[in-house]
Amino acid sequence: MSHAVHEPPSSFIWKYIFSVDHKVIGIQYLLLALVAVFIGMLLSILIRFNLVWPGTELSILGSLFPVGAPGGVMTAEFYLAMLTMHGTIMVFMVLTTAPQGGFGNYFLPIQIGARDMAFPNLNMLSFWITFLSFVTLISAFFVTGGPPISGWTAYAPLSALGEIAGPGLGLGQDLWILSLALFSVASLLGALNFITTTLDLRAPGMTLMRMPLTVWSWFVTAILGLLAFGVLLAAGVLLLLDRLAGTSFFIPGGLVLNDQLVIDHKGGSPLLWQHLFWFFGHPEVYIAILPGMGVTSQVLSVFSRKPIFGYKAMVYAMFGIGIMGFMVWGHHMFMSGLSPYSAIAFSLLTTAIAVPSAIKTFNWLGTIWGGRVRFDSPMLFAIGFVSLFVSGGLGGLFLNQPATDIFLHDTYFVVAHFHLIMGVAAIFGIFAGTYFWFPKMFGRMMNEGLGKVHFWITFVGVNAIFMPMHFLGMVGNPRRYAELTAYSFLGEVQSLHLFITIAAFITIAAQFIFLANFIHSLFKGKKAAENPWDATTLEWVIPSPPPHDNFGPVDPVVYHGAYEYSVPGEEADFLLQTDKDKETVEH
Amino acid sequence: MAAIAPPRPTDHGAPAGGDSGNRTGLPVDRGYGGGGGSSPRADLPEQRYYTGMMAALAGITMLFTGFTSAYVVRKGLSTDWVPLQLPSMVWINSLMLLASSVTIEQAKRHFSVIPLLKRWWSLTALLGFGFLVGQWMVWQQLIGAGVFISSNPSSSFFYVLTVAHAVHLAGGVIALGYLTFRLWTGRLTPVAAGVMALYWHFMGGLWLFILLLLVLWG
Repeated sequence: MSHAVHEPPSSFIWKYIFSVDHKVIGIQYLLLALVAVFIGMLLSILIRFNLVWPGTELSILGSLFPVGAPGGVMTAEFYLAMLTMHGTIMVFMVLTTAPQGGFGNYFLPIQIGARDMAFPNLNMLSFWITFLSFVTLISAFFVTGGPPISGWTAYAPLSALGEIAGPGLGLGQDLWILSLALFSVASLLGALNFITTTLDLRAPGMTLMRMPLTVWSWFVTAILGLLAFGVLLAAGVLLLLDRLAGTSFFIPGGLVLNDQLVIDHKGGSPLLWQHLFWFFGHPEVYIAILPGMGVTSQVLSVFSRKPIFGYKAMVYAMFGIGIMGFMVWGHHMFMSGLSPYSAIAFSLLTTAIAVPSAIKTFNWLGTIWGGRVRFDSPMLFAIGFVSLFVSGGLGGLFLNQPATDIFLHDTYFVVAHFHLIMGVAAIFGIFAGTYFWFPKMFGRMMNEGLGKVHFWITFVGVNAIFMPMHFLGMVGNPRRYAELTAYSFLGEVQSLHLFITIAAFITIAAQFIFLANFIHSLFKGKKAAENPWDATTLEWVIPSPPPHDNFGPVDPVVYHGAYEYSVPGEEADFLLQTDKDKETVEH
Repeated sequence: MAAIAPPRPTDHGAPAGGDSGNRTGLPVDRGYGGGGGSSPRADLPEQRYYTGMMAALAGITMLFTGFTSAYVVRKGLSTDWVPLQLPSMVWINSLMLLASSVTIEQAKRHFSVIPLLKRWWSLTALLGFGFLVGQWMVWQQLIGAGVFISSNPSSSFFYVLTVAHAVHLAGGVIALGYLTFRLWTGRLTPVAAGVMALYWHFMGGLWLFILLLLVLWG
């Protein structure tokens, strides 16, 4: 099965569909994420539209969703269904697939000097299970009752009771759970492959401490995935059994639904679901953001023409964030009646994550400091990542205190926080990666002017969307509500909502600049050289795009660390990792 | 599945490419897979099967950790928990599984003595299959006695834990069967046998853990 050396396939199906080449699989993941992100954005348009103009008739919506939007007017339940699907698609199908499955698959083997992943067939299987998971999730739009309305966290008992609890909670919720179970299996297989590849397939000379920080970030992310997705899978199995087999893991007794007493369930614990879900859910946040940190470190160093500041500290900080990520899930549950003693422990541990996060931030700033900075598109997005990571992270300081969280928890403050730090920052990491590696992947350059326009509209746009949401939260604007017109105290912030919606529409429109640039550059972009950014790591010593077996018949040999820029006494201002007979300056 | 798919121990003739240009200046042999001298490209290291299996076991551990913590929490909170009387068949099954760990170890130790290897190895596969059949009978007995998955949280967890274990064990039995086929066609490698044994012992240990949980905390 998993043969180490595979010949380049010649037929279309084996070359592009059921390929075992990590590069093709990486692109498959990226395309899946690209389709998913546009669906997710479309849903956010509907969400923002309804918040500002509730009750408006949209005939196209009426014909697409006769049940969810009868006569073209969105129902509150339909709004919740859009919310659920927006969250699920973005978190799983975009933020988890693109940075890890996409770029990780494509560049991890190349950056450590390997020909492919450790188990190429398993790699293909991972992608196709992910694809199946995506199709299963999307199919929830087309079944009776539509998609579930229980949110991306699927809190029990709402998610556990079935159709009786609301539209979309029948078959739609079943499909949702099935989709996530499949996704968990695919992620576990993927993680196993990433870990083995990093540990066992490094080229001669590629010691652990010579690995690019991108590789470290994919490695730590894989460890998180390996330890987190099993728990989500367990939770999903139990939830499905509650729904289909009549068990009571999460369903308490004495529930009354639509004036009917639920009699066939008793004794279950809804909080048990929350514990299991968030034990997975918090590491998941880091699964989304860590690869972005890796790309940012890489790009900042290349475009500042300086070694990364504090390489080892960066590695240890990533491990610190990863390990602590497993100990803080309770901070999602301050409002659930958690014991105050546990809450204090979770709060302190959460606050402590600020330490490795600050180490990373200061080292990023230290890397740029005094550098000969080149402001190309990848660099702009990497700097944008740092900015968003800081502004999103500062919001976290208010939410990790139980006392302030009690007020802010169910408001837009939380929406602002997690979108900035998990959503948008991670997306900026993906953009930085795309602009940075596009020349290597497709052999052509992306248009630099369009890239800059895309960056500035997006950067200003996301700040215009999510910064004001902090204020909405502070005045007590609740989240998850389809309509806010019934609350007189929110009358004065309605204009702010309008501002946010307009900003969102403009920002989303700007993403078509990216799409156009992407597609145009694919065919008409300037031919890319082997190493257009004067970078040091192994992907830049092979042709663009790389051949099927990456390095040809002979394994590369590594002589230097990944960040040898502006080395004193050298002619060029960088040393390739494969440059022999050159002095390395120890940092 | 790493366990099922070891490459043949290669005394490789050089794969595609031969001795053509070396961009990096040095002939490279990673010393894996027994290739000698300046063979231009070694096969992937077989260590990857062990690493991959260890990672897989970590993932499986977390799955059962999830179930176990749910078990502990649900039992601790409940007022409706009725302890489950384990059918006696469970003990016979447990003995079979324990015995199969011994037999696979014997197989490993007699790897070079083909008739012994064949005997111990196929005995392991048979015991594994016997365990699955035995588990099936346990479930049938319980169902016959009116103990369903929804009867009580204790029975819910009994079915969840034993079925989840059986699914993983069934994967192991299929792998054992496949490797038995390879053994008979003379293509079973020590690495494949070692990785298989690792998985198999883990499944035995996992079963002991589940059994202890059900007995001591039932």
